[in-house]
Amino acid sequence: MNSKLTRRRFIKGVIFSGAAATTGAGVYLANAQNGAGTAERLINLNINGRTRPVDVMPSETLAYTLRYKLDLTGTKIGCNRGECGACTVLIDGVANYACSVLTHNVKDKAVVSIEGIKSADGTLHAVQQAFIDENSPQCGFCTPGQVMSAVALLSSNPRPTREEVRAGLSGNLCRCGAYEHYINGVLRASGQIA
Amino acid sequence: MPSHDVMPNMELYQPVQVEDALAIADRLAERGWLVGGGQDTYGWLKDRAKSADALIDLSAIESLRGIRETADGIEIGALTTLTEVATSDLIRGSYSLLADAASVVASPQIRNIGTLGGNVSQDVRCWYYRRGLSCYRAGGNLCYADTPQGMNREHALFDQSRCVAAGASDTAPALVALDASMVIQNLDGERVIAASDFFVGPANDIENTTVLRPGDILTSVRIPSTWANAEFYWEKVADRNVWDFSLVNVAAAFKTTDGQIEDSRIVVGAVQTTPRRLTEVENAIRGNSRNADTAEAVKELSTTGARTLAHNGFKVPLMQNLVKRAIIA
Repeated sequence: MNSKLTRRRFIKGVIFSGAAATTGAGVYLANAQNGAGTAERLINLNINGRTRPVDVMPSETLAYTLRYKLDLTGTKIGCNRGECGACTVLIDGVANYACSVLTHNVKDKAVVSIEGIKSADGTLHAVQQAFIDENSPQCGFCTPGQVMSAVALLSSNPRPTREEVRAGLSGNLCRCGAYEHYINGVLRASGQIA
Repeated sequence: MPSHDVMPNMELYQPVQVEDALAIADRLAERGWLVGGGQDTYGWLKDRAKSADALIDLSAIESLRGIRETADGIEIGALTTLTEVATSDLIRGSYSLLADAASVVASPQIRNIGTLGGNVSQDVRCWYYRRGLSCYRAGGNLCYADTPQGMNREHALFDQSRCVAAGASDTAPALVALDASMVIQNLDGERVIAASDFFVGPANDIENTTVLRPGDILTSVRIPSTWANAEFYWEKVADRNVWDFSLVNVAAAFKTTDGQIEDSRIVVGAVQTTPRRLTEVENAIRGNSRNADTAEAVKELSTTGARTLAHNGFKVPLMQNLVKRAIIA
């Protein structure tokens, strides 16, 4: 295989050609003229504080749009069924599985993915730094989702108990089993472990 | 079976008014698929186990959200999320049975978007059916779960009729216990149906778990004040504390006077397609105290009529114990 043809490029190529082929599928666009009708495909998305126009298929999930159309590949797709949490993002500040939300559902909302939580000057979010300090991730695949769930938890509950952290991160699987390290990380980020 | 990353392309309607949604649902009929939070829907579509020509996304209809006090109780919009139900002061205050049930559905992220209407309308859990096999419920003429080789540990104990799948909702037993009613609209108008009549078993309709038909939209759930501030008991037993569906759950409400049970509702979930109200147990414990003797006396009665499958026999003592704990607690 051509060394420049990385797996990611190959996938992106296939998907874009597929998307281009369906652009002309008349039913969806035609119905867009109908008063109570179907959604417009070209929508503006507010992702990480930036508004970007994106051509979104009707049944496209947010995880797909983030990864394959906006190149925000920090959001991982683990199970793609809402059963693992790797794709967790914040929608209007609330933790949701990006694999189980239609992109068309978030067009009037503010989405924050893992790429959007560090400061403008590049300083990591307190949760990210605490996860590093606590050696929380092992393989790291679930980490973006764990970070987003922790950020959502701390924004509503800045000093959670260990049990509250456990509950707050309970929608995120870690197949390395590093749960205790993530919980320690959240407690550190909330200033309860120095 | 191939694994699909994306859902097939289909039309998407996003009405913002109930009237528009009703018109679209009526026009599309069987071609349309109503979506609230979508947490049951997307799996079916990604797996290609079911399909629809068009999604009718109800999530932008603000009038279907929220919890209101009414003259006689409360009314919960069908699109109210399970997180909102679980954390509402109004519900926690007087109808905590429902809040407790909603608080243990699936995972936090799913509760953040999954709706009460969707939770009660979700399809049954049976991996053969959800795999897209042509079983009775899918319009075929075979049940794959109730065979000598069938894996049926999670399946039903009661009311099996060709299909042996169990209902998956945690909020459904709580709503039946609270004597809730469901408000359903279609283009012909509105009808209000008792929660106990909303759910249907395979003997009456093998392809649907509720009375909802194409063109219908469940718009709200009404809970009368009948059981407000009663003594409640909720317990869910599942293999995992998060994500997992109930193996058995129990939702119970008691009114006592001088320590004696005046009236009660005991409803068990995940033992048949519909929530199972134990009317005979309720009658048997009336006038008694909520103690171990009362509970022990109705132990056998609580599971009378159970027909176990090859692997779900454990659900009989599990259900008996949950009913006992509900009565004692």
